[in-house]
Amino acid sequence: MGNFTTLALFCFSMLAVRAVNSQGTLVYSLGGWRPPAGITMVLDGLTAFMLATVNLVAFLIAVYAVDYMEKFTSKWKFYSLYLLMLAGMNGVLISGDIFNLFVFLEIASVASYALVAFGTERHELEAAFKYAVMGTVGSLFILIGIVFLYSFSSTLNMADMANFFGEKGPGNVTIMVSVLFIMGFGLKAALVPFHAWLPDAHPSPPAPISAILSGILIKSLGVYTLVRIFYNVIGVTPKLSSVLMFLGALSMVIGVFLAIGQWDFKRLLAYHSISQIGYVVLGIGLGTPLGILGGLFHLFNHSVFKSLLFLNSGAVEYATGTRDLRKTGGLFQKMPLTGSANLIASMSIAGIPPFNGFWSKLIIIIAAVQAGRYGYAGWAVLASILTLASFTKVMKYVYYGKLEEKWNKVKEVPFFMKLAMAALAIICLFGGALLIGQINRAFLQPAVEVILNGRNYGAMLFKRIL
Amino acid sequence: MMVYLLCLVLFCCGLYCILRKRNIIKIIVGVIISEYAVNLFFILTAYRIKGRSPIFSTGGDISNMVDPLPQALVLTAIVIGLATTALLVALAMRIYEKYGTFDITKIRELRG
Repeated sequence: MGNFTTLALFCFSMLAVRAVNSQGTLVYSLGGWRPPAGITMVLDGLTAFMLATVNLVAFLIAVYAVDYMEKFTSKWKFYSLYLLMLAGMNGVLISGDIFNLFVFLEIASVASYALVAFGTERHELEAAFKYAVMGTVGSLFILIGIVFLYSFSSTLNMADMANFFGEKGPGNVTIMVSVLFIMGFGLKAALVPFHAWLPDAHPSPPAPISAILSGILIKSLGVYTLVRIFYNVIGVTPKLSSVLMFLGALSMVIGVFLAIGQWDFKRLLAYHSISQIGYVVLGIGLGTPLGILGGLFHLFNHSVFKSLLFLNSGAVEYATGTRDLRKTGGLFQKMPLTGSANLIASMSIAGIPPFNGFWSKLIIIIAAVQAGRYGYAGWAVLASILTLASFTKVMKYVYYGKLEEKWNKVKEVPFFMKLAMAALAIICLFGGALLIGQINRAFLQPAVEVILNGRNYGAMLFKRIL
Repeated sequence: MMVYLLCLVLFCCGLYCILRKRNIIKIIVGVIISEYAVNLFFILTAYRIKGRSPIFSTGGDISNMVDPLPQALVLTAIVIGLATTALLVALAMRIYEKYGTFDITKIRELRG
């Protein structure tokens, strides 16, 4: 039953993309109360792009979970929490009102705290507690930022706030609000130095939960809200842009340096999540059209290949019962589909042509060079090389090498898990096609244009009220 | 002005509890104190000097009411805080069953 819901959500999000292309930005006011007094839901290019990403990956992970969660009791609790978290994430994406965004952010966050503790083993509970306390502190910073914004602009509607900032210009409070939001949303997005919860919270829960936490939650709650508030509401300045780029580059490098030394498969993947989100924030922080295109495309790619990697690690754990790289070996002969999917995903994340990761990293590096930031481009290339090194290590230790005695009895994973992994691998293979002209104009370009539009987001407040 | 600074002091008290206390229950109390501080700050920004309560009554004038919108928002924020606190306490109970202690220096198996 849960899978039909996710399939329906995915179909609706595809419809949303087509609607935005044909009709421009759509606004819906809840309960008929006209903005700025009422709450609105806004569907523009960036929202449609993020909705399609989130729902596609969530649907495939739900397909995977049909077989994987057989090992756990109370499957209905998993599906309830999963759908609640998905509802929260979709709400964050659609909301046009800043406090409504906070409420949905909290719904998704609390559901994810409960999901991290799902298996109720020792490590999961400890990781869930740490994640919950840090996440709550991050949400409190976001709430203080919202309080300051409300008392400065006396409205909660984001488009109205954009108009207000356009007329009055930034005041003294804007710098403090920007810092509070970077702290709060940066903690949700796991930017360095707010990343400390991620290496504990992502490896511990069962594999589909790790995949959705790392593949979608940090992007929907963290990066999307950062972009929306900084580009569309407050208005980005060169100083803010360089802060975002610096944090992005720091995340990229620190994430990958910490990842190489890991011997736990999922902990290594979790550190790589920090690094790849650094790429996305670096691309978006550049502010040029090419940079934003690269950042958003890398966001989509990372959802796909990181989810695929976590699902692969779950398959290895399902079959062998361990996550330690030193204990597994030579599994390729016994689990060929998992092995090839992992190979495709590793080549994607390392940026090897012609997989999708290559195109998005190339665009980010070219955009950095074109903007004259040679230092950042150099760090991006270095991080890419180290990513390749660490995934070569993973492939060698898990799949190639000598097959040990105790693994002689492992078999390939059940059907639905294979289906989900194969579907994600095919998207990895053909992801570069998103850059071809026709599809680019339909899917990625509207998102880039919304971000570049900046505070003109406020202009859509009074038109197209359904 | 003093009231807002006192809210900040309360928030810092809560933050100190979260950062420096060793008992899980005291950390949860620190989270609760911080949430109280933020909600209090939110309501205080809505106060207008010599304003009256924002309730319509026949024959009354509309001028000089305190701002009612943050009061509604703070109700929502209190409920969100309640949900988070309930989850944290449930997690603390389960941690006690598994680890046998509430001391966070002994619940440090995930490292590196």
